[in-house]
Amino acid sequence: MFEDFIYVLTKYDVWLWRGFLLTAQLLVISVAFGTVLAIPLAVARVSKKVWIQAVPFAFIYMFRGTPLIGQLFMMYYGVGQLVANIDGIQDHWTWTYLRDPYWYCLLTFVLNTAAYVAEIMRGGIQNVPGGEIEAARACGMTPFTTYRRIIFPRMWQMIWPAYTNDVIFTLKATSLASTVTLIELTGAARKIVARTALPYEAFISAGLIYLIIVYVLTLGFKMIERYLRRSEKRKDKLPGKIKPMGV
Amino acid sequence: MFDLYGRGWQMLEGGFVTIQLCLSVLPFMIIIGLLGASAKLSSFRLLRIIGESYTVIIRGIPELLVILLIYFGGTIAIQNLAEWMSGEETRVDIPAFWSGVAALALVQGAFASEVFRAAMQSIPVGQIEAATACGMTPRQIFLRIKLPQLWRFALPGLNNLFQVLIKDTALISVVGVEEIMRKAAIGAGTEKAPFTFYLVAMLMFLAFTTISLFVFNRLEKRAARGIARA
Repeated sequence: MFEDFIYVLTKYDVWLWRGFLLTAQLLVISVAFGTVLAIPLAVARVSKKVWIQAVPFAFIYMFRGTPLIGQLFMMYYGVGQLVANIDGIQDHWTWTYLRDPYWYCLLTFVLNTAAYVAEIMRGGIQNVPGGEIEAARACGMTPFTTYRRIIFPRMWQMIWPAYTNDVIFTLKATSLASTVTLIELTGAARKIVARTALPYEAFISAGLIYLIIVYVLTLGFKMIERYLRRSEKRKDKLPGKIKPMGV
Repeated sequence: MFDLYGRGWQMLEGGFVTIQLCLSVLPFMIIIGLLGASAKLSSFRLLRIIGESYTVIIRGIPELLVILLIYFGGTIAIQNLAEWMSGEETRVDIPAFWSGVAALALVQGAFASEVFRAAMQSIPVGQIEAATACGMTPRQIFLRIKLPQLWRFALPGLNNLFQVLIKDTALISVVGVEEIMRKAAIGAGTEKAPFTFYLVAMLMFLAFTTISLFVFNRLEKRAARGIARA
């Protein structure tokens, strides 16, 4: 049994490594662009004007209410076919990109992540104490400055644990890229199974790599959380420093 | 266009299979969740370790990987077991449907055990003490005090999980179960109209998640009916 594990890990280490690199790439780009896109969505979502609220609401509702694999197929096969039907597109220089599943995958993951993160941010923004916003107004801050100096820093503090969960969710979501022929980590494992017929060894190896990524991500995000919450440390109440008298 | 190239019925059949999948996973998810939560809160260290590692491992691995592992690996495991028991070469096929149900129950059970653990911890200690003082056995306390209230504390979490479950059933299309996504893929391939078919599939899922949200909100109101008056 263990010989098979070692066989998979040594013979196909390059496949797993390349799979890991693609998974990491998809994760980083999706989370980065998804988060940037989520900020205006969340700000529009908490607007008091109904017609401004409606657009991000519909976007978030659609992306959170349907399976990611469906969104991916709709984008790659559905939109991909509509694009392919445009006259003369196949001779155009953009065609090499327009038929590549990689870009459809990224676009889907970015939009999906944006929808989930925007919903988390909405909760964060709404939970910023009203008094702090009033105080900022009273100091003469413009709405933009209020967002930049007061609301966003407070929001990040509050949403960080949920945001961490969402990054891990996105990591797991990248495994779907294997269904549109990309060889990321899950894709690499499927390829190894097809070659060696050793499903346990290949899938469990991939699973272990995912667990390591999750572990490292969790550690890193915990450290950032401590940084974000640095203002909440009370120096006068450290329990370790209090000593009972007479000891 | 509205009869979907004569495949409208196929899509509805897919929708029926999706509902079957969700409802088949639900009881297993709840049972595994309750067992997992009890293990995590157990006074035996070994049980706690098992409960914790189960959730940590499952929550760090993509659902798709679990589905593939159970589908491809499960067949081999059961085949080996059957050969070992009968002593002769046998050929076993687990239906993709049930391997998918097993995989999703395993995944959702891990999340459910977190929900139930939090719910169990929300039950006021005073009530447990009162029950003990009345002379109830641990089993009676669980059935009469904990379980009825667990429902109320766990519903918001279960609402969320059921949404995730509906969406996760789409992943089982990867191993060939003919639910909505698979039917849409077949339709998209044969009729050369992927956009239409996937759009219909997405709308069906959106309808399912919306209905589930509505039903759970009603249940939450119902479960809190004794509390709302206070």
